[in-house]
Amino acid sequence: MTDEVRVTVSSDADVVAAREKGRELSAQLGFSSIDLTLIVTAISEVARNILLYAREGEIVLRLDNSDGQHGIVVVARDDGPGIPDLDLAMRDSYSTGNGLGLGLPGARRLMDEFEIKSEISKGTTIIMKKWAPERV
Amino acid sequence: MAVPILKQGHYLIASIQAALSDSDVLQLQDDLVEQVGRFRSRGIIVDVTALDVMDSFASRSLRGIAHMTRLRGAETVIVGIQPEVAFAMVQLGMSLEDVHTALDLEEGLTFLDTQLKEPGDGDR
Repeated sequence: MTDEVRVTVSSDADVVAAREKGRELSAQLGFSSIDLTLIVTAISEVARNILLYAREGEIVLRLDNSDGQHGIVVVARDDGPGIPDLDLAMRDSYSTGNGLGLGLPGARRLMDEFEIKSEISKGTTIIMKKWAPERV
Repeated sequence: MAVPILKQGHYLIASIQAALSDSDVLQLQDDLVEQVGRFRSRGIIVDVTALDVMDSFASRSLRGIAHMTRLRGAETVIVGIQPEVAFAMVQLGMSLEDVHTALDLEEGLTFLDTQLKEPGDGDR
């Protein structure tokens, strides 16, 4: 059982690859097909965010079984320009790029946990998690 | 992978076969807008049955297709949105309110037939 996968993101084909790897890894945890789709959609949003604002970065997918809970952790990391105003970036319909501004706030709604750190000219890191249903 | 577009009478049917990258979506947008003119099409069906994920970019581009082709005189129907995908789109905030949708290809064709039937068509 693999429990960590890294995907370098530097083209739109890598966004598709990150989605596929995310689905494969999450499928090991017994998520419902709805949850799998939510996870994959969130991965797609943060991966595209890397492309749009930093040009390149990486997605790290990891299984987490701390505290007796099983979950998938998605880390999206880049060394791009960083986000000047995080509150604004997390607001629905705000975008400096070419988007609708639904990407980051949307991804937050799709996952259970969402954390974002950003430093100007150093880069942005997003860590998001989704917990698998308890196994009976 | 490019999305094949089938010409069927006055309609164009684009049937997505596999995972779409952003450039595939943009290519589809260009192709449809161009072919509507070339074939003088009145209706377009985009079949997304095979898509297991539709993020904000894909949804926005599909909406773009519907709007652009309407400006070119054709109606677009998106068919085959999977239940999981519908769920994720609503959570994401992409509800495609202003775009016609139908359950599957058959329903989509019926919708276009009704929509495009002009009054007095039978008299000609």
